[in-house]
Amino acid sequence: MTAETESASAPDAIIEFRDARYELPGGQVLLNHINLSVARGETLVLLGRSGAGKTTALKLINRLLDPTAGEVRVDGKTTVQWDPIALRRHIGYVIQETGLFPHYTVEQNVALVPRLERWPGGQVRTRVVELLTLVGLDPVRFLGRYPHELSGGQRQRVGLARALAADPPILLMDEPFGALDPLTRGEIRAEFRALEQRLRKTVVIVTHDTGEALELGTRLALLEAGELRGVYSPKEFLQSNEPVAAAYISQLRMVEKTERQP
Amino acid sequence: MSVTAYFAQHWNEILQATIEHLWLVVITMLLACAIGIPLGILAARKPWLSKPILGSANVAETIPSLALFGFLLPLPWLGARADRLAIAALTLYALLPIIRNTVAGITGVDPAVREAARGMGMTGSQILWRVELPLSFSTILAGIRVATVLTVGIATIAAAVGSGGLGEFIFRGLAMVNNAVILAGAIPAAVLALLADLVLGLLERRLRPASAG
Ligand SMILES: Nc1ncnc2c1ncn2[C@@H]1O[C@H](COP(=O)(O)OP(=O)(O)O)[C@@H](O)[C@H]1O
Ligand SMILES: [Mg+2]
Repeated sequence: MTAETESASAPDAIIEFRDARYELPGGQVLLNHINLSVARGETLVLLGRSGAGKTTALKLINRLLDPTAGEVRVDGKTTVQWDPIALRRHIGYVIQETGLFPHYTVEQNVALVPRLERWPGGQVRTRVVELLTLVGLDPVRFLGRYPHELSGGQRQRVGLARALAADPPILLMDEPFGALDPLTRGEIRAEFRALEQRLRKTVVIVTHDTGEALELGTRLALLEAGELRGVYSPKEFLQSNEPVAAAYISQLRMVEKTERQP
Repeated sequence: MSVTAYFAQHWNEILQATIEHLWLVVITMLLACAIGIPLGILAARKPWLSKPILGSANVAETIPSLALFGFLLPLPWLGARADRLAIAALTLYALLPIIRNTVAGITGVDPAVREAARGMGMTGSQILWRVELPLSFSTILAGIRVATVLTVGIATIAAAVGSGGLGEFIFRGLAMVNNAVILAGAIPAAVLALLADLVLGLLERRLRPASAG
């Protein structure tokens, strides 16, 4: 690495895509020319329709995938320079299907990363109780339950607690509220917003829902067919008269209209 | 001579043969698990290895058992002792159900669970020991159960190469055209098979992940 490329980094960028591309072995290009930087402490929303490449972009950040060209930097180092295990323990990851371990209790699920990091037992227990409380689950009732004994919303909360357990500075969330009914979804989303303001983490959250993007994001990155169409603040996005943005905004208006009808 | 009279007269010998039989089965199953489970894990992890591994185990399974004993006979170390020969052949038969169920168990783990495990920063061996194996344990055990019942049966044929066990009575009875003698081998073998099925079946149900039950 030369000093020049180091200094080209945005001053406060914790995650940075530099002309990143991801191509399947078969030749299908899922992401192309992605240039994007995420500032420390911000919540960046990746917005785009299904199949746009949002999940792929997240996986480039925690090195579940390696870019086939260009690079992705986390804390100044390219993901390829990072040891993948160390990188992933540094980043919380929440997915739509939660991926909770079905043979682990809620306590064991949340304790996973602290245990991997060999925290002392007492400290792990304290942390688990603290986190369950943080995500709005009563520890006394939930510690000993298995994932199949939880509702969808409760599972999603446990998934969030698990991702936050070792206090990673970065949190990646892939449609975390997608599988929930609209009421639970709105509720958890609002709680998450409050939580986010307290925790001050760098969050990258994926959604295809414009309302969610506007509610949660400090900035919105619009992804279409593997290409980045623009990065906006919520205000800029709403005022944008670019056709791509306009399509999402009209989706929002339509949803608002139907939701207001009895 | 009636069956009961024969049993009463030869109980000592029958017990001896049952113990020999059990010994053959236990050693076979230990070997088959020690070989089959790692092969199954390998086949599940590396899709390109899955065809050759399952294919070979399948071929072994289709060789008639007497013929397999015959094929192994000329091999230097194995052919030297009847029990070695028998155990080698029985192990080959027991492999397929174990490998197949190990593959099925591991590939059956919810991809979201594996994805979350990787994303959480678990290493490959942590994922194997803490996620994949515990979640596929009851499926693997079902394979072991099938293999055990199979081995109890085929081990009777191993008596043809002189490895002892309950097959001795069956072959002797056939030669003597005496049903009582045949049954002195067949009944304990059937009881062993049923018991193995029952015990392993119970264990399997006990260990099945709660969410799947
Ligand atoms: N391993 C893969 N093999 C084939 N196609 C894939 C693979 N991974 C992703 N895709 C395809 O790439 C596109 C982008 O995927 P993804 O990043 O998951 O989109 P999004 O999360 O925005 O819905 C989709 O069309 C998806 O079907
Ligand atoms: Mg996706």
